[in-house]
Amino acid sequence: MKTVIVNYGMGNPGSILNMLKYLDINAIISDQFSDIESADKLILPGVGSFDHGMNSLNNSGLSDALSEQVVIRKKPVLGICLGMHIMTLTSEEGSIMGLGWINAVTKRFRFEQESQLKVPHTGWNRIIKLKDNAIADHLDDLSKFYFVHSYFVKCDNKNDVVCKTNFGLSFDSVFAHENIFGCQFHPEKSHRHGMQIFKNFSKI
Amino acid sequence: MLQNRIMPCLLIKNTKLVKTIKFKNPAYVGDPVNAIKIFNEKEVDELLVMDISDKRALQGPDYQFIKTIAEECFMPVCYGGGITGIDQIKKILQIGIEKVSINSALLYNKTLVSQASGLFGSQCIVVALDIKKNWLGKYQICFDSGSKYLKTELGDYVQEMESLGAGELLINNIDREGTWNGFDIELIKLITSAVRIPVIAMGGAGKYDHIRDAIGPGKASAVAIGSMAVYQNKGMGVLVNFPKKEFLNEINSYKIN
Repeated sequence: MKTVIVNYGMGNPGSILNMLKYLDINAIISDQFSDIESADKLILPGVGSFDHGMNSLNNSGLSDALSEQVVIRKKPVLGICLGMHIMTLTSEEGSIMGLGWINAVTKRFRFEQESQLKVPHTGWNRIIKLKDNAIADHLDDLSKFYFVHSYFVKCDNKNDVVCKTNFGLSFDSVFAHENIFGCQFHPEKSHRHGMQIFKNFSKI
Repeated sequence: MLQNRIMPCLLIKNTKLVKTIKFKNPAYVGDPVNAIKIFNEKEVDELLVMDISDKRALQGPDYQFIKTIAEECFMPVCYGGGITGIDQIKKILQIGIEKVSINSALLYNKTLVSQASGLFGSQCIVVALDIKKNWLGKYQICFDSGSKYLKTELGDYVQEMESLGAGELLINNIDREGTWNGFDIELIKLITSAVRIPVIAMGGAGKYDHIRDAIGPGKASAVAIGSMAVYQNKGMGVLVNFPKKEFLNEINSYKIN
């Protein structure tokens, strides 16, 4: 079983790899087509802007290679933060089309000037589990995760939403659609609960 | 909703973990990676890593060291030490560090705060201020371990930092640092009433009550603990540790600042 953390130049995937190593999950960081083709599972990390991320995937040809593995060959994929956003159709952060693997859009937090809520949503927050799904096994409403984001995902199909999180409004913090999974928070920076996400993903 | 945070502050000198008292006499307390492994197990909210090596200001950040830290930490990290320019910040964030702390650069280049928050987002820009009372009892903002200071009024200065785009303020009272005598709550209140951004109280934590005071009456969003995180108790041996679960739950139940 080999998990490939896709390196497309957005953020450093090193901390994800380190947590997977700690959990004895076999993984590598790569931007090579051969690795992506031979992977059993894929992780799309990402910190940065939507258009920059999509440009990087499109220019390198990785977006087509990934779509083939995910949409046609149905390999499990986990998108983290920006990696989750680029799986959606579009984002208010950019003008380029997303990968469109899931029927969802990425929207921006908009609060009044006087609001106590500050964007980006940064810090530890909880999840509200709406339904059972393998990706959220052994997690509950007391599980806390580390978030840093100005944009959030809104799924079109309610059935795809596994967890929600409250920050001024309720947004989709974990989605699952067949083999496609996304989480808004950073499991690699969320201790035991983050490890649980990776353990769950490794068993899918 | 977001939660109040308690974060260990690790002081680094030539890649070794040290602890100072009032910014002086760094004592060797161990290996930072070992400490991080323990903090991973303790599930700490966030980690502050401050490189206070003598050469840091001249040589800039030690990226190899920062990379080691970033990869070991299963929690968000704020790094400070030797940051003077945008390119350095970019490099540190790319390594996988969540936040950077800016201090000495403020002396000659305050626009670094606005540039950096514009480019990378204010959530990753922490402005660290070292404060000392002068002989008239007036708070002064100090730099270079207290050898230089600003004449600007503290309240005005922190508001300026907020408007420049600082995401958080890390407020350290030099005279409390490493003393176990408690935070300067008067100082913390002064800052938290002047700005809306989160304030991290630092310098003086010695027991749970000090943390309660900073988060409660002081209205700090977070506290940084130094000695408490690396020593068993005042005057006692090295023990990397972190407040107990029950206490963390109590702090989490407080109103969010």
